[in-house]
Amino acid sequence: MRKEGWLDDEGFLGAMEISETLPGLNAVNMAIIMGDNLRGLTGAVVSVVGMLLPGSIVVMTLGILYQSNHTNPDVKSFLLGIAAAAVGLLSAVTLQIGRRQFRQLPDIAIIALTFLAVSFAKLPLPVVLLGLGPISVWLYRPEISKPRAQDEHLPFHRGERHHLFRH
Amino acid sequence: MMRLIHLFLVFSLLSVLAVGGGTAVLPEMQHMTVHTFHWLTDAQFRNIYSLGQVAPGPNMLMVLVIGYQLAGWAGMVVVGIAFFLPDCIITLFVNRWWVHLGGWPWRVSIQRGLAPVAIGLMTSGTYAIARLSIVDAKTLAIAVVVFGILLWRHVNPGVLVLVGGAVYLLLS
Repeated sequence: MRKEGWLDDEGFLGAMEISETLPGLNAVNMAIIMGDNLRGLTGAVVSVVGMLLPGSIVVMTLGILYQSNHTNPDVKSFLLGIAAAAVGLLSAVTLQIGRRQFRQLPDIAIIALTFLAVSFAKLPLPVVLLGLGPISVWLYRPEISKPRAQDEHLPFHRGERHHLFRH
Repeated sequence: MMRLIHLFLVFSLLSVLAVGGGTAVLPEMQHMTVHTFHWLTDAQFRNIYSLGQVAPGPNMLMVLVIGYQLAGWAGMVVVGIAFFLPDCIITLFVNRWWVHLGGWPWRVSIQRGLAPVAIGLMTSGTYAIARLSIVDAKTLAIAVVVFGILLWRHVNPGVLVLVGGAVYLLLS
């Protein structure tokens, strides 16, 4: 983005801020915002298609191959190893995205409550979001979270480009 | 036809609930596809998730394979639209509206408040995949080593995941 002169750091951080707060994959949300800011609706459509099309073709090719080989024990082992490696990857990604939050007590409490509600109490996701979301936002209501340096509010910081961005 | 409608409803619901990205809705997706509708087994869900890890681009593109497996090409198209389009529309509108919220004090509160919820959901997503894939000492070792390598330095995660698969295949 910077290389093409499409966007400065300020614009990148702004887009990141919106992408992370809204539902949906961050990378897709980023593509929409950057496309929209550069070329309006057409830009947004083109950049989302550009982001999703190559991966879609590959994943569908693999999906079709999987369907005809899913009983093969080697295929099963290979895919299980991939899932295990993905657990390490997801843990690292979660820790990196949440490194601010994992250091602050009220945030740690919300993280723990959310995790327990979904993984152990098995509450439906809409219930968890509508229950804990407003409580957590209330904890940071305007009179409490006095404006600090802009970067304080972002899970990502200036200068640290995210190498695990696919997630 | 009924199945296509169900697929559309399930995946569009998951789409608007995906605060924190794709990983955040994995437990709900697994619950819906495996337990509520009995479309997939746990092992099939895990294997399709692994396919998404190997493909370039967002690994949640694996939802296309779920759609294809359940209802052929029509299923793939329906799931693709249901899972990606609602978020795209929401993002497009909010992006155009966001600048007007610059001075609104609750904007910061919402960002700050939703961040720990999103991270809690990602933790649950990670845990859901761990429950499905950490089945023995070898899988545990692969997960721990990948985690350690990524904390230690920048390595292409796609390559690491492929190596993880190959290592388990060789050991088994």
